[in-house]
Amino acid sequence: MSSSYDIIIVGAGIVGAACAMECARSGLRTLVLERGHIGGGTTAAGMGHVVVMDDSEAQFALTNYSRGLWLALRPQLPADVEFDLCGTLWVAADHEEMAEVYRKQGFYEPRGVHVEVLDAEAVARVEPNLRAGLAGGLRVRDDAVVYPPCAARFFLEQAMQYGAELRQAVTVKRLLSNGGVELADGSRLAADRIVNATGPWSPELTPGLPVRKRKGHLVITDRAPGFVHHQIVELGYLKSAHSMGQDSVAFNIQPRLTGQMLIGSSRQFDAEDGGVDHAILDRMLRRAFEYLPGLKDLSAIRTWTGHRAATPDKLPVIGPTVVSDRIWLATGHEGLGITTSLGTGRLLADLLLGRPTAIPSDPFLPARFEKGGASHG
Amino acid sequence: MTEPRSRFDIVVVGAGPAGLAAACAAAEKGKRVAVVDDAPSPGGQIWKGEQSRLSIPQAQKWIERFRRSGATLLDRTAVIAAPEPGVLLAEHPEGAREIEWSKLIIATGARELFLPFPGWTLPGVMGPGGLQALVKGGWPIAGKRVVICGTGPLLLAVADGLKKQGATIAMIAEQAPMSRVAGFGFKTLRHPGKLVQGMGIFARLRGVPYRCGVWPVQANGGEQVNSVTLADGSNQWTEKCDLLACGFHLVPNVELPLAMGCELAGGCVRVDANQLTTVPDVYCSGEPTGIGGVDCALTEGQIAGYSAAGSDDQAAALSNERAGWHAFRLAMSNAFALREELKSLANPETTFCRCEDVAFGRVKAASGWREAKLLTRCGMGACQGRTCGAAAKFILGWGMESVRPPLLPARVGNLTRTNR
Amino acid sequence: MAERVQLRVNGKSVEVTPGTVVAAAIAMAGESKFRRSVSGMPRGPLCGMGLCMECRVTINGLSQCRSCQTLCEPGMEVLTDD
Ligand SMILES: Cc1cc2nc3c(=O)[nH]c(=O)nc-3n(C[C@H](O)[C@H](O)[C@H](O)COP(=O)(O)OP(=O)(O)OC[C@H]3O[C@@H](n4cnc5c(N)ncnc54)[C@H](O)[C@@H]3O)c2cc1C
Ligand SMILES: Cc1cc2nc3c(=O)[nH]c(=O)nc-3n(C[C@H](O)[C@H](O)[C@H](O)COP(=O)(O)OP(=O)(O)OC[C@H]3O[C@@H](n4cnc5c(N)ncnc54)[C@H](O)[C@@H]3O)c2cc1C
Ligand code: FES
Repeated sequence: MSSSYDIIIVGAGIVGAACAMECARSGLRTLVLERGHIGGGTTAAGMGHVVVMDDSEAQFALTNYSRGLWLALRPQLPADVEFDLCGTLWVAADHEEMAEVYRKQGFYEPRGVHVEVLDAEAVARVEPNLRAGLAGGLRVRDDAVVYPPCAARFFLEQAMQYGAELRQAVTVKRLLSNGGVELADGSRLAADRIVNATGPWSPELTPGLPVRKRKGHLVITDRAPGFVHHQIVELGYLKSAHSMGQDSVAFNIQPRLTGQMLIGSSRQFDAEDGGVDHAILDRMLRRAFEYLPGLKDLSAIRTWTGHRAATPDKLPVIGPTVVSDRIWLATGHEGLGITTSLGTGRLLADLLLGRPTAIPSDPFLPARFEKGGASHG
Repeated sequence: MTEPRSRFDIVVVGAGPAGLAAACAAAEKGKRVAVVDDAPSPGGQIWKGEQSRLSIPQAQKWIERFRRSGATLLDRTAVIAAPEPGVLLAEHPEGAREIEWSKLIIATGARELFLPFPGWTLPGVMGPGGLQALVKGGWPIAGKRVVICGTGPLLLAVADGLKKQGATIAMIAEQAPMSRVAGFGFKTLRHPGKLVQGMGIFARLRGVPYRCGVWPVQANGGEQVNSVTLADGSNQWTEKCDLLACGFHLVPNVELPLAMGCELAGGCVRVDANQLTTVPDVYCSGEPTGIGGVDCALTEGQIAGYSAAGSDDQAAALSNERAGWHAFRLAMSNAFALREELKSLANPETTFCRCEDVAFGRVKAASGWREAKLLTRCGMGACQGRTCGAAAKFILGWGMESVRPPLLPARVGNLTRTNR
Repeated sequence: MAERVQLRVNGKSVEVTPGTVVAAAIAMAGESKFRRSVSGMPRGPLCGMGLCMECRVTINGLSQCRSCQTLCEPGMEVLTDD
């Protein structure tokens, strides 16, 4: 193979697509390789909630930065990206969870995130289908919802306008530490730098990377416009869904611009199989009915699953591997990769080009793991 | 039935000819058998309403035999998932149902193939089988002027049925050329029953124009169809109608077999001599194994029923009969093969996916079914691609999609299992 | 069978024989359009067998019911065009 690129990005999920857009915009000769379809991996399965989070300062920095980039891009987004500034409503079931509402408010407000504390009555007013007797909630106005596969396609179209190339139906077998990739057919492509943006599959190309598959289930309904108006998430989420060890479920519902309701969510490790697990689906839906009893009567049209790329510290891995500065990573986005795709792309391009980064990059560097989390040969 | 949970030796899904025959065979051998069907009455598509209307002697015979067999009918019960081995999850108007089985016989039949052409989404444009079923369900047809088009023996049977109910059949337009249809008629000589049936229909349809080598190119009307433009390759003309019945023969319903992990071959469920699929204890008979018609379904159903009940010799005794129907099945698929012109009836603006209103031009631009689905929403709607997926297979050569629960839209509440 | 079943379609009273499906009652009420598609086109039944979802209507307040697979019951309230 003779063609040479500044950068080859492996994976055309939303993260690879955002990286391609930023690299190409910065003038890098960029090639994207995808074994399947654009956005056909985890990106086709994710909920598409663009949300600011506060598990850690680093997570806040990346999600807040990324959300800002989404809002800035909004006027350019085509209609099929289904951008909807519906906001998030974190609901508190009891006083303990209400304390969490105030804690979040105390975290977000000084950092410039627009939030409102809602009391029980206000929650019932803005979301009348929620069951009576909830303690209250926190509304985050500028959170949004998108349709991820079309967002990935749009990012790639932008990348191509800046000169990037895309090849689909190409499987990468190996990343080469001297630059370049080996394809499934044995041929090689050369580039100065390679980015592994293969999401949950990234350890296959970067052995030793501490990224594990974390399975999630979703159910989508037929159109029921106005059934809920915000993406609604329970605050029990923090107690259940984020506890790393076991299988967990949490109430999470999203109104799509189509009028459909998308219901989540579940988290399971060591469940490689893509099939629907009815036991956890059952738990997930029962949890949702506790908050939205009327949900039972909506018509469900499909259930599916996806695998999040989870890291031990719940932060993505963005930057050069320790073993080879020619091999870079942009993976491990767990349940936030739709949100953080744009921030990841910027961060990666800034690091590649030695530009100052808008947020600190250290918490995301592969170097934070033992051996840089990888062993390349 | 009202029990949320039940258990049977043998569960048959589908109460059409194949399912009823399977249930009779198995129940007569002393097995506890249930037949599950989404519809409010047994009979499947062809014998719908026969339990009260008494018009087809063959249907009467089987429905009677079924009643005496001791098998249980679970009607208005739609199978929506196979949550674990040996269990089906179903939806009934009163709530979720869990049905346990030791052996499963899938007899889910077929649906009509609908191909998009301008105007095909207008109210009043229906499948011939669909219209027939609705008429059996009380749809007012007397005095209505109907054009029947598409392909297959179903067109004649439907014309006959509608005429009896007082409809005026303006024309039957069969897309297959006369030479092939006539050849098929000749082959039915080997199946005297079919021939008598066919001659009876022809006699009753005297005076109804039956044209071969004619197909629809456009349905016209504002809020409702009022005429159809037909073509024969050299001419185009318009026929007035109140209803247009248009279907391009049948496609097997293989969603449940796929969900169970059964292998397909050529779009149909692969079965062995006992009608056993590639999944242990799961049998399949009738249209999902290939579009063979009612007699083929009855024979395959009995074989599946006897095999599942452990009476292999009785099953084996029917294998010659089945071979005969399989020859008929092949002749039918050759005679009514779809012409190439039907692939270009849709314009780029023609609605292709009716659930999500995706135009043909957008769908065609995708590289395949999955890309079309993810980037245009084609096939993502309530029917989950049952209509447009089958059309895409014929027109664009695209493969099947993976199936996911629920197999039919179901209330979210019924996706949770009962008392577990 | 002298028995009749009375129901309402878009507020209009319809009388049918037992065993009649809701789709047929809607047609008897003179309605041809059962629902509006997502881009606003009128639609009616296509498959008659519960698979195409074109005949969805609201029955007794429950939306997206397949009218071709549902039998008429006394006092039913049917709304098209949901
Ligand atoms: C149930 C669920 C709900 C979620 N909800 C949200 C949410 O609400 N908000 C949010 O922000 N995030 C959410 N996420 C997370 C989000 O979906 C992911 O973080 C994001 O899609 C990851 O994108 P990606 O590009 O890294 O990975 P992917 O989309 O998986 O892309 C990786 C690509 O690499 C390709 N690939 C893999 N191996 C190779 C190879 N060897 N050669 C070539 N190509 C290869 C794959 O085909 C794939 O297209 C959710 C995830 C799940 C599972
Ligand atoms: C925000 C959002 C909204 C959505 N809304 C809808 C909606 O309204 N309606 C809807 O239907 N869907 C919707 N989807 C879901 C989407 O269509 C798919 O269901 C989603 O991509 C995941 O589906 P799936 O797991 O069923 O995979 P599929 O889309 O079915 O794809 C699975 C892929 O894996 C392949 N495959 C399957 N089995 C195997 C195997 N054993 N070995 C190898 N390959 C295999 C298949 O060929 C296929 O390419 C939505 C998705 C998102 C992100
Ligand atoms: S007409 Fe197709 S589902 Fe009722």
